[in-house]
Amino acid sequence: MTALLEVKNMTHYFGGLRAVNDFNLAINPGQIYGLIGPNGAGKTTVFNLITGVYTPTEGSVTLEGNNIKGVETHRIASMGLGRTFQNLALWRHMNVIDHIRMAHYSQLSYGLLGAFFGTPTMRKQEKEVYDNSYRLLEIFDVNQFATQNIGNLPYGAQRRVEMARAMATKPKILFLDEPTAGMTPDELVRMIEIIKQVHRDFGVAIFMIEHRMKFVMELCESIQTLVFGEVIAEGPPEEIQNNPEVIEAYLGKEDLH
Amino acid sequence: MEYFLQNLINALQWGSFYAVISIGYSMVYGVLMLFNFAHGDIFMVGTYIGFGIATLFLALFMPILPGWVIFIMVIIVTMFLASFVGVMVEVIGYRPLRGAPRASAAITGLMIGIIFETGNLILLGAQRFSFPALIESVSYNVGGVYFTNVKVLIIVVSLVLMAALHTFIQKTKWGMAMRAMSYDFKAVPLMGVSINIIAPLTFAIGAGLASVAGILYGQAYPVLDPYMGILVGWKAFVAAILGGRGSIMGAALAGYLLGFIEIFVAMVFPSTFRDLIAYSIILIILTFRPRGFFGMAHSTQLRL
Repeated sequence: MTALLEVKNMTHYFGGLRAVNDFNLAINPGQIYGLIGPNGAGKTTVFNLITGVYTPTEGSVTLEGNNIKGVETHRIASMGLGRTFQNLALWRHMNVIDHIRMAHYSQLSYGLLGAFFGTPTMRKQEKEVYDNSYRLLEIFDVNQFATQNIGNLPYGAQRRVEMARAMATKPKILFLDEPTAGMTPDELVRMIEIIKQVHRDFGVAIFMIEHRMKFVMELCESIQTLVFGEVIAEGPPEEIQNNPEVIEAYLGKEDLH
Repeated sequence: MEYFLQNLINALQWGSFYAVISIGYSMVYGVLMLFNFAHGDIFMVGTYIGFGIATLFLALFMPILPGWVIFIMVIIVTMFLASFVGVMVEVIGYRPLRGAPRASAAITGLMIGIIFETGNLILLGAQRFSFPALIESVSYNVGGVYFTNVKVLIIVVSLVLMAALHTFIQKTKWGMAMRAMSYDFKAVPLMGVSINIIAPLTFAIGAGLASVAGILYGQAYPVLDPYMGILVGWKAFVAAILGGRGSIMGAALAGYLLGFIEIFVAMVFPSTFRDLIAYSIILIILTFRPRGFFGMAHSTQLRL
């Protein structure tokens, strides 16, 4: 089986600083994969390199066998990569349902004239988008907020809207950058259930950056640990949790105490 | 009272010019965080395009078609050609400067403006042209208030255009992408939206609107001049800021407010004092509302 997302020997420099060194990754369709590491390890940089925000200095990145290195973000998104952000990238002052409708952008094929004269194609597509948007809001349990401005929602609900928005682009792989940051323990448990449901219903592969071990242990089949731009350990969660190098990276060397 | 109503109609007419032009400023700023200082001169170019098309169509269709049909045809064709100018400004002028410091984009706008002005001088010479009347002016007298059908037309066409734009921004996918870009930039490409579509489209709409304002302006004040866009452009810029960053509604309202203040100041004071007093009032308003009417806190990161 060929991997859905494959990164080979990816290295990136910011000026003279080597931010990511020889990063390799292969995620199969439907797999949930975790990326952990201390602050400043370069986790978000890895996300940005794969999603086309930066172009890697060296290495190759392919999605379903197609090169996506150096490809513009909007094209990579259309090829089936969805993403959420660590600090939320929502459109304040836009309501919840418009967020999800917006995410259907590349699925709407009507032209400018169609938009102005309200052709049947346009109406049909817009209706489908509306229905699909409400369905997604239900799955992510935010349908009660549909017509509210995003800024008025509780933080956890905002995160779920962002994830619903990413799912609306019909991704084959979903990148989640710290999906539980700032969440209460209740919201955390709910998020685990939602991710499990999304994974089951949509069969989407997930690549996530996450700090909370409970979350990672519960969801991920495999984990990579990144420290100073280098992968120091890779394997199933139980193995990673007991790996002395990983413990050292997070807590420091034992003899320092 | 008649005197007041008389001035009210004049204020609405002037406000319509400012409103339609300042929307172009405001949209480009809202979507791309860029002050397009060439916008006043895009208005000038649009007026000249309108002049050319109007002259051509009058020569071709005058006895055959009624005046209002020609008027609508002139508006549509001019909008189309002017929006092409807007796209060229974005693609040639601003696109290579993405990621460049903000000041570079600002002076680019100023330079494009100068290129348009002097280019016009070279192409058409220094003589002034007169915009042909597309609609035969008819005066009405209602209870001592005099107004012409041209004034009413200017106000109505402006309002219709603004309503159409509002629908476009609220309902279509491009409009939604524009709104989204003005709030948070980085998530928009992940929705499959290309900035290289949205940016030129924004410029095209701004230029198209400015050109209609030019045609309407030409119906009220028929003298064309290569430098006609400068002062109008500055005033539209003021209106865009006064309305609040990227707020179309704000820019429109501020445009009308500007028209009202100018006309009513001239009603009370000698007309040489008009701009001095009018803009002192705007300055005072901005002191108390530095973000304008509908402005909100936002990041100042340059996007284009």
